[in-house]
Amino acid sequence: MRPAPIHPHCMLEPSIDAGQGREAIGLGHVAAPGLDARHGTVLTLEDITVSFDGFKAIDALDLYIGVGELRCIIGPNGAGKTTLMDVITGKTRPTRGKAWFGDTLDLTRMSEVQIAQAGIGRKFQKPTVFEALTVFDNLELAHKTDKSVWACLGARLSDEQRGRIDEVLGTIGLQAARGRAAGSLSHGQKQFLEIGMLLMQDPQLLLLDEPVAGMTDAETEFTAELFKRLAGKHSLMVVEHDMGFVGSIADHVTVLHQGRVLAEGSLQQVQADERVIEVYLGR
Amino acid sequence: MNQPLLVTATQKAGPRLSLVIGAIVLLTLIALPLLSLLPDGHSLQVSAYILTLVGKILCYAIVALALDLVWGYAGLLSLGHGLFFALGGYAMGMYLMREAAGDGLPAFMSFLSWQELPWYWAGTQHFAWALCLVVLAPGSLALVFGYFAFRSRIKGVYFSIMTQALTFAGMLLFFRNETGFGGNNGFTNFRSVLGFDITAPGTRAVLFLLTVALLAGSLYLGWRLAQSKFGRVLTALRDAENRLMFCGYDPRGFKLFIWVLSAVLCGLAGALYVPQVGIINPGEMSPTNSIEAAVWVALGGRGTLIGPLLGAGLVNGFKSWFTVAFPEVWLFFLGALFIVVTLYLPKGLVGLLKKRDEP
Repeated sequence: MRPAPIHPHCMLEPSIDAGQGREAIGLGHVAAPGLDARHGTVLTLEDITVSFDGFKAIDALDLYIGVGELRCIIGPNGAGKTTLMDVITGKTRPTRGKAWFGDTLDLTRMSEVQIAQAGIGRKFQKPTVFEALTVFDNLELAHKTDKSVWACLGARLSDEQRGRIDEVLGTIGLQAARGRAAGSLSHGQKQFLEIGMLLMQDPQLLLLDEPVAGMTDAETEFTAELFKRLAGKHSLMVVEHDMGFVGSIADHVTVLHQGRVLAEGSLQQVQADERVIEVYLGR
Repeated sequence: MNQPLLVTATQKAGPRLSLVIGAIVLLTLIALPLLSLLPDGHSLQVSAYILTLVGKILCYAIVALALDLVWGYAGLLSLGHGLFFALGGYAMGMYLMREAAGDGLPAFMSFLSWQELPWYWAGTQHFAWALCLVVLAPGSLALVFGYFAFRSRIKGVYFSIMTQALTFAGMLLFFRNETGFGGNNGFTNFRSVLGFDITAPGTRAVLFLLTVALLAGSLYLGWRLAQSKFGRVLTALRDAENRLMFCGYDPRGFKLFIWVLSAVLCGLAGALYVPQVGIINPGEMSPTNSIEAAVWVALGGRGTLIGPLLGAGLVNGFKSWFTVAFPEVWLFFLGALFIVVTLYLPKGLVGLLKKRDEP
């Protein structure tokens, strides 16, 4: 559709066709529902600083995650990895700095619930599922849908939603346990269930805090496969200690140390970095 | 007291038997007021004492159910539900006092030589407005308190302490004569409700049946809520509030809804309690009353719908027996009961019966 004629005085530049001129730089663009990430970055953190009583947990940190990227964050204890996730999900407010989700959403002004609804999913370090509910119910609650009180009072599952839940049950390999209480699952199964709940939310960006902690080798391998399949459709940010696991999934690794980015690049590159070796092996 | 046996049998025989037992209990409750209408001296006549006692226990059972909705399902332990119960009772009491006083002032006001009604008594001579107050007074207090408490993310023991403080503050306020609710004597000497003599067997029977209807209605409502997605969200909220928030649910709305609903149920129970028992005073707001309600729920089994009813029935049944037979040990017995339940029956009687069934 051709845009309406604009008076020459108001015209910033010629608007000829959609996809060029004003449209291409975002002017005159109507905000669409969903995430606007046309510039290719799903997450933009600039100059983020978090200080707790003068102690800087994160210090002027810059981080960019591209659409469809699988990024691993590694770093010794106290490097600020979990605080970083808290900042992105709205649990902790940065003392200074900018945090953008896509091109348009300012994370520092949004509540935790708004951020989750906008499309950032988070897996905790300790697997956290709704223990009293069944595996199926856990996934049902996570499903991306209207989550207001009124909607929940009269909610009925449609066949399509059931199909989606079954699909995710298959993806995480828990079909047989669908009717079991989530509290009775093994540690590894809980990890998978929590990942499944993230998938039900269908987020643009998944934050995963030590997803393979406490998993068996086979489970770790399965998780690596799963993440590689997810990357591309979703963007993933994985915090992990297990170097073998990081090596098997990541194309891009960021090393944090004392709240700053120490090195960035492929795993081989950062492992060869002098400073990284010093931090990990002691000075 | 053969109810636990009945429940065990229910577990074994499945839902059909529990329907039968539920129907028997319901029919008994409907038959009681009808039997009370039999002429004096008839062998099957149910005395007014028994009818009032059972009616009172049914009101308490509604409170237990309401408390269980917030504690058992949403994980919010309220130690101030007696306040909502008493507010509903006072709202009904205002109407009954006006009805008893006719065109004049209620007796306690004349005694204080007040010349006119305080503004908040306006319209209380109308039964319909009194009914609105029964819902609005506890409902709006719960709404305001809940809004600020949940917005500030107050939970756990802090929430319990604040509810306890709230009911204590309410009690102190209502104890004052200046508050205009009869001070420590409260309201009593009611004469009639909607023109019917309040002590007449027919009026008592109708009030009793209304209580049974409210209990059945609350039970049905609770059951529907527990079955719905809303109920599952509440359970999730109780177990992992952070996870729920990161799933995109705003817990405040869910807490506020169930909290206000629970307060309104308590208010309705209080409104039916007052005309049957014939008195309401600030003692109903005392912290011990609210704690006792928590004991009923804990004993019966929180997070179940039948448990609180069972707990309220058993504890109050024992209480009426003990306070007549050996009044001085009752409080020790109640305290011991709470300790035993906390230590050995974390899921209450219903949990015990269920466990025995699953070898």
